[in-house]
Amino acid sequence: MSRFSPYDNNGGSCVAIAGADYCVIASDTRMSTGYNILTRDHSKIYKLADKCILASSGFQADMKALQKLLAARHLIYQHQHNKQMSCPAMGQLLSNTLYYKRFFPYYTFNVLGGLDNEGKGCVYTYDAVGSYERVGYSAQGSGSVLIMPFLDNQLKSPSPLLLPAQDAVTPLSQSEAIDLVKTCFASATERDIHTGDNLEIVVLNAGGIHREFMPLRRD
Amino acid sequence: MKLDTTGLESALPLFGTNCQMVDGFTAAPAFDLPTTLDFDGFQKEAIQMVKPAKGTTTLAFIFKEGVMVAADSRASMGGYISSQSVKKIIEINPYMLGTMAGGAADCQFWHRNLGIKCRLHELANKRRISVTGASKLLANILYSYRGMGLSVGTMIAGWDETGPGLYYVDSEGGRLKGPRFSVGSGSPYAYGVLDSGYRYDMSIEEAAELARRAIYHATFRDGASGGVASVYHVGPNGWKKLSGDDVGELHYKYYPVTPSTVEQEMVEVSGA
Repeated sequence: MSRFSPYDNNGGSCVAIAGADYCVIASDTRMSTGYNILTRDHSKIYKLADKCILASSGFQADMKALQKLLAARHLIYQHQHNKQMSCPAMGQLLSNTLYYKRFFPYYTFNVLGGLDNEGKGCVYTYDAVGSYERVGYSAQGSGSVLIMPFLDNQLKSPSPLLLPAQDAVTPLSQSEAIDLVKTCFASATERDIHTGDNLEIVVLNAGGIHREFMPLRRD
Repeated sequence: MKLDTTGLESALPLFGTNCQMVDGFTAAPAFDLPTTLDFDGFQKEAIQMVKPAKGTTTLAFIFKEGVMVAADSRASMGGYISSQSVKKIIEINPYMLGTMAGGAADCQFWHRNLGIKCRLHELANKRRISVTGASKLLANILYSYRGMGLSVGTMIAGWDETGPGLYYVDSEGGRLKGPRFSVGSGSPYAYGVLDSGYRYDMSIEEAAELARRAIYHATFRDGASGGVASVYHVGPNGWKKLSGDDVGELHYKYYPVTPSTVEQEMVEVSGA
């Protein structure tokens, strides 16, 4: 007798890259369960604040619940503080929200991207129960084990723990970063069955939010 | 199941007096529990799914000049290295440090919570909390969640009125006072170097070098440890980060490649 499992893995991959004055967040739009594809155009990217975008892969029902909760908390924050939440603040809120379900976790692997208070790109990467870290780039989801080594090869920057400190933001320009992301997903699509169909790229910079799409292999 | 949520309550209600708008968000957040007959089995499966970051080397020791704290920076999920730049030495307040070993989320959350409680203690009592007190706060919280699957192996190091203090606290509810500790999968290797090189009356530089070497040797032999070896010193004026070195570079610093005589040299063969 197999027990009912409240979880399912809908697959997919998410990537975020932080630049000097921009942030690129991307994910594929395939939603699958087991070997079946449920839909080819499901967005995993959600705008939480003007300067803060969440991309999550994993169990999409938990992702939806998490997005709604964070959006509601953000609305309350705006009412109480008369301003939008900054990305680092949202980063801490997401970590706490995930940890409050420590004994019944949200099965989501999140990447939060945006601009910090100085306008520099920032990316926060999470595990399912809320441990988080600010990094220069990150990949999560079923294709992350394929994408991360490639990003390490292209973007590896000095660790923020080194003393004397060295700057960790990638020297890439915005268009180079977008091309890099497209390359990542094209490669991940080749070797990960859960990644493919369409790539949604969101770019956040001082000029606002810009969204573009690129088709991926549908097989 | 009644859980100890004193660690989560804040002194003021979160949303003021008018709580109608925010019915779903209580002032004292409680942990959601799954409704299942087999809680332990569910936790076991959930942990398998989550696979929290484990595997680490941290160490701390008391010596004449205070407390030296050091750690690596690798986080692994099963066999996958999820990060090489994790901050495992957590700054609870300007004169107290905590180390992280075990579940990364557990350590991050409860250390931040401990920092909040320490600050509340300062405001309520107009004096800093002692290392004994801080470690007891954390140990009591972890004891109340004993058996629920938290994984925390931490050391609280600080300088208070009684001088330098070092406690080991873990998620089984254990709390030990001692002069030297190392925690994590790389701790046996670190202990070997640390115990053989330890003297109470070392200078700060000697102690830092001992701590750095111990971490380096642990990262050399333990696959789950690596990244950057960070070394902190806690003195009477608080903590100060002394160094952060990539362990790959430390390797060549400690064991430099010596040029050796070449017996036969390979030469380019043209054509073939």
